[in-house]
Amino acid sequence: MESRRIWGLAAVGTLAGAFSGLFGVGGGTVIVPMLIALYGYGERLATGTSLAAIILIALLAAGMQGGLYGNVDLSTGLILVGPAILGVVAGTAIQQRIPEKTVSFIFALLLIGVAIEMVVT
Amino acid sequence: MDIALACAICFVGGCVAGLIGVGGGIVFVPAMTAVLSKGQVEAESTSLLMIALVSVVGTWRQVGYGNVNLKDAAVIGLLSPVGVLAGVLIANAVPERALKLGFALLALYMAWRLLKRVFTNEPPKAAPEAAADGS
Repeated sequence: MESRRIWGLAAVGTLAGAFSGLFGVGGGTVIVPMLIALYGYGERLATGTSLAAIILIALLAAGMQGGLYGNVDLSTGLILVGPAILGVVAGTAIQQRIPEKTVSFIFALLLIGVAIEMVVT
Repeated sequence: MDIALACAICFVGGCVAGLIGVGGGIVFVPAMTAVLSKGQVEAESTSLLMIALVSVVGTWRQVGYGNVNLKDAAVIGLLSPVGVLAGVLIANAVPERALKLGFALLALYMAWRLLKRVFTNEPPKAAPEAAADGS
C-alpha cells in the first residue's frame, strides 16, 4: 500500500475517532462518506470496510467503558444484541439488492440530520 | 412489553447498520434510554458492546459479498484511538459550539458530495482494490 494512501486512511481513522470522542457519533458516520467521496469507494465496499473498522473502535471503547468504568449493562446488551444481529444480516442482504446510489442518498439524509442536530442542540 | 419493543427497535438499528455501514448506536441508545429508562452513559456504553458484536457479524456478511477491504479497515480502525485521544484534547481546548458548527459543516459538505454523486451519476474516481480477501 503506497504511503500517501496509508496516511490518508490514517487521517480518516483519526478523524472518525476524534468525532466519535467529541460527539458520540459512531465512526461510521465519518468513515463511510469519506471513503466514498474522497477515496472513490463504491457504496457497498465503503459500508463493508466501515463495519470492519468499527469492530476495533467499538471493542476498545466498550472494553474501556466496561472494564475501567463498569458502565456496560451486560445482560441488557446480550438480550438486545440478538435482534440487532438479525437486523444487520437483513440489512446487508437488502443492501445487495438495491442500487448502490440509494445508500449514498440515505447517508446524505442522515448527514443533513446530524448537521441540523449539531446546530440546534 | 418494553423489552419486546426495545428488541424490535434494535432489529431496525441492526438493519440500518447493515444497510449504511454505521454501528447502529444512533438507534440502540434511544431504545435503551427512552424504552428501558437506562441512563445515558450506561446506554451509550452498552451500545458500544452491541456495536462491536453487530459489526463482527455485519463484516462477516459483507466479506461473503466481497465488500470489505480488510487492510484499509485495519489502518482506519487502528488509528481511531489516536483520534479519540485527540478529540478529548481538542474538546478541552476549543469551545463546544465551535466544534459542533465545524462538524455540521463537514457533515453538510459530505452530504453535498454524496448527493452530487447520486444526481450526476458520478462514477467512482478510482476503484480501490477491493476485496473479500483484503487485497
